[in-house]
Amino acid sequence: MADPAATKPVTVDLEAAFRASGVGEVLDELDRQLVGLAPVKRRIREIAALLLVDKLRRELGLTSQPPTLHMSFTGNPGTGKTTVAQRMADILHRLGYIRTNRLVSVTRDDLVGQYIGHTAPKTKEMLKKAMGGVLFIDEAYYLYRPENERDYGQEAIEILLQVMESKRDDLVVILAGYADRMDRFFQANPGMRSRIAHHIDFPDYTKEELLAIAELMLAEQNYRFSPEGRAAFERYLEARMRQPHFANARSVRNALDRARLRQAVRLFESRGKGLTVDDLQTIGPEEILASRVLAAGPEERAA
Amino acid sequence: MHLTQGTFSFLPPLTDEQIRKQVAYCISKGWAVNIEFTDDPHPRNTYWEMWGLPMFDLEDPAAVMYELAECRKVHKGRAYIRISAFDSTPGWESLRLSFITDRPEEEPGFDLVRQEAQGRTIRYTIRPYATDKPMGERYGR
Repeated sequence: MADPAATKPVTVDLEAAFRASGVGEVLDELDRQLVGLAPVKRRIREIAALLLVDKLRRELGLTSQPPTLHMSFTGNPGTGKTTVAQRMADILHRLGYIRTNRLVSVTRDDLVGQYIGHTAPKTKEMLKKAMGGVLFIDEAYYLYRPENERDYGQEAIEILLQVMESKRDDLVVILAGYADRMDRFFQANPGMRSRIAHHIDFPDYTKEELLAIAELMLAEQNYRFSPEGRAAFERYLEARMRQPHFANARSVRNALDRARLRQAVRLFESRGKGLTVDDLQTIGPEEILASRVLAAGPEERAA
Repeated sequence: MHLTQGTFSFLPPLTDEQIRKQVAYCISKGWAVNIEFTDDPHPRNTYWEMWGLPMFDLEDPAAVMYELAECRKVHKGRAYIRISAFDSTPGWESLRLSFITDRPEEEPGFDLVRQEAQGRTIRYTIRPYATDKPMGERYGR
């Protein structure tokens, strides 16, 4: 006699599972709120699909092993690694891979101690705080300092590796850092590389994307560019992108903060004239053109 | 003799799932959770050894279960292990919940000691049989 339970699972409703999980909303939000980053979004969609299918398979008893979820995000400063990690926690939570929708963000200082015997309890404490959620280790390559053989970072890495392996269903670790340094970090710690399932590379933003980000940031604070202001900011971006220490979206945020400051000063100095709501909202070209980046002549920049 | 100290001590031993749920309750109340162990079961022995530091600011019972597993690796069968939860809202840490999670396989129980005092007065006290032996050798192995 055919067992009805055995024939039933043939029709699995992936669509219903997808809708029930609410992951679609997070992915759409990701698309809407984050400019550019096409390869990152694609990878996240792939991971979400894999996890959803895996969850269904587990419910049907086809797999029992929880998948490895540890990830590494590499990319230049200001490319949205932290923001995406936050969304990743959201996705994992909705799919039921982590129990609390929480991202514990740490750096070397939070994990590595200052004297012998200090590191292990410190690292364990952070790991325990993050359990049930996501542990985000920013600039993870600082954990490993080959130039100092007495550095306690190695101890933190060993504990991390052990917990990443044994507590796979309690903790997801996301390592983040600049691409070249993370490569060196993984070369020195091959155990770490093999325990990480997903390596996601964050590309730099193009000028158009940065401009879109700037407008998004301004809109969030109820500001906007005047048409000339927008053109000036485009020129600013061109100049700034060629300079050293360009930190993508972070540089844009800083530039806008300075522009807001200059706008406030300009409005304050012309306070005799009446102000409209529009004046308070608009970032004009004078705010952007006053920047040091544009003030420096091309010959000076070359120097 | 089954030691009855702390909450749930008249119930059958808690399973890991039940322990996890109790810890989740403590965390939901914002209490700090601590693991302790001892091999002296005297009810007045209030100073149990701490297994690591109390765990503050937890969000998930997995951390406590992890430490409990580590503690069991060392002490299971050789000591009592208990979990206590502390509430800091009064301004100091005060005990809210304490229950034994692990106990030695054999609990020898207590001896009732009588002491004759002045005027044929009898003073009573109890003494655990386990403490006949030195620390570390009290429960076999």
